[in-house]
Amino acid sequence: MAKRISRFGPHVSGAPPIVIEALSVRYNGTLALDDLQLEIPSGARVAIVGPNGAGKTTLLKVIAGTLTPTTGQVSIFGRGPHGHVCIAYVPQRSQVDWSFPVTVQDVVMMGRIRKLGLFRWPRRSDWALVSRSLEQVGMLRYRDHPIAELSGGQQQRVFLAQAMAQEAEIVLLDEPLTGLDLPSQEAILNLLDGLREMGITVLIATHDLNLAGERFDLVLLLNRGLISFGPPAAALSQKALLEAYGGHLHVVPDANGSILLTDTCCDGEEVATHG
Amino acid sequence: MDNLLGLLLNPFSHAFMLRGLWAALLVGFVCPILGTYVVLRGMSFFGDALAHIILPGVVISFLLGWPIAIGALLVGTLAALGIGAISQRTEIREDAAIGVVFAGAFALGVALLSAQHSYAVDLTHILFGDLLGVSGSDLILLTALGLGVLLTIFALYKEFLVLSFDPVLATTLRLPVRFLSNLLLVLLAVVIVISLQAVGVALVLAMLVTPASTARLLTRRLPYMMAGGAAIGMLSSLLGLYLSYYGDIASGPAIVLVETLIFTLVLAVVSRRKLRWLKARPVREGN
Repeated sequence: MAKRISRFGPHVSGAPPIVIEALSVRYNGTLALDDLQLEIPSGARVAIVGPNGAGKTTLLKVIAGTLTPTTGQVSIFGRGPHGHVCIAYVPQRSQVDWSFPVTVQDVVMMGRIRKLGLFRWPRRSDWALVSRSLEQVGMLRYRDHPIAELSGGQQQRVFLAQAMAQEAEIVLLDEPLTGLDLPSQEAILNLLDGLREMGITVLIATHDLNLAGERFDLVLLLNRGLISFGPPAAALSQKALLEAYGGHLHVVPDANGSILLTDTCCDGEEVATHG
Repeated sequence: MDNLLGLLLNPFSHAFMLRGLWAALLVGFVCPILGTYVVLRGMSFFGDALAHIILPGVVISFLLGWPIAIGALLVGTLAALGIGAISQRTEIREDAAIGVVFAGAFALGVALLSAQHSYAVDLTHILFGDLLGVSGSDLILLTALGLGVLLTIFALYKEFLVLSFDPVLATTLRLPVRFLSNLLLVLLAVVIVISLQAVGVALVLAMLVTPASTARLLTRRLPYMMAGGAAIGMLSSLLGLYLSYYGDIASGPAIVLVETLIFTLVLAVVSRRKLRWLKARPVREGN
């Protein structure tokens, strides 16, 4: 399972999974992403953090190839994103129509349709892969359930199973932990650990600085431009955080150093981190 | 017993009624299958608009002596692609683009018709259908078009499914999203043409949306929704023809009335059941 040979994407051997060069995105005249430059190493687990409107979702969409950058380019395993089917993009849960009449295993099978090809129906080996993926995320017993019956954490796990069925080598998740209770968050994070063991590169957008600092190999601090990128301790320095969050960040002295409070997050919720 | 059998068989002792029955069953079967996508993708307004938009095409074919299907298909496809182009390339939102094209084309159709002397009779037929005027050659064309639509939906089932459920996934799987969306619009135009003679421009929407919506209330699986919708559609066509024959009302509205009645009954039963189920249901644990 460790080595994945891609028979599908036009991959250059040895090329890093994601290389971004001079990338800018402009929406109706406003700059959403400003001159990004970075390289994500293979198998890394990266948290993209930054205030609302920092361009986290935009960055994920550009990498997925669903949004074309205004300038600059993205290389996936050495080539532009458009030929690849090795990227799984899991949208924010609110973007999905959960009342759609499909079952859990239907949704997971959707990840396979490109590999099935036109005019072909799923074979036994495809269903076996779907079952295996569902088992890995602990959702096998819900396979015949309509997706409308799932809880938030279960919905997220089904999408992870879909990414596995797609045999994705890069998995992009937009705010996968938002609105989940702690045990559900923990379950998702453990599944992401499992993906790392399979050599899959994982990028998630999150507004939870604590989680980014504690559970990820690399942190990418974004505010339209790239503020910092590296191991959590270095990327989340007080200076970098102040630069990203500006006036919304409060530094409170503390016995062990200082506490940084940001109040830019969603739904008025506050996140604290130790600096 | 003989009496009942007679009541059931009498209407179809005439060849024109048999042809009408075949056309109505075809429409009842094909419409809800495509209508499932119309309902799930929220394209009802588009469907209604497209039905009206093809009016000038119908009139022009009629004046030139072509089969109605050809002009209607041409105008319908052009309009569907035109609306897509307006909403994708300008600031105008899709519903407004649909509205502009819808009203303009319908006005053109009525204007063309009003320049004719036989205005009143023909407009009624086009607006509300002329099931009993279906000819043998019409029937062959309608059947061929219907089979084409069914084959396309069957062949591209999983692609249309992903496109409808998760367009972003369709993009990251590098499916030809634009082509598939446009193809769905063309299929919609074809189905409208098929339904035109059965129920007319004004009521096509019911064939697309009502049986599929009824089935949506009854099932949470897409294939069952298609099959259920088709069954309800065909049953409505048959019952509608009886209603039309014995109640002496126009066949198109009769079919649509039956469809609406079935929807209302199912809605009543389902809401009652849901209410009971909600009351009896224990609080579910979150996970």
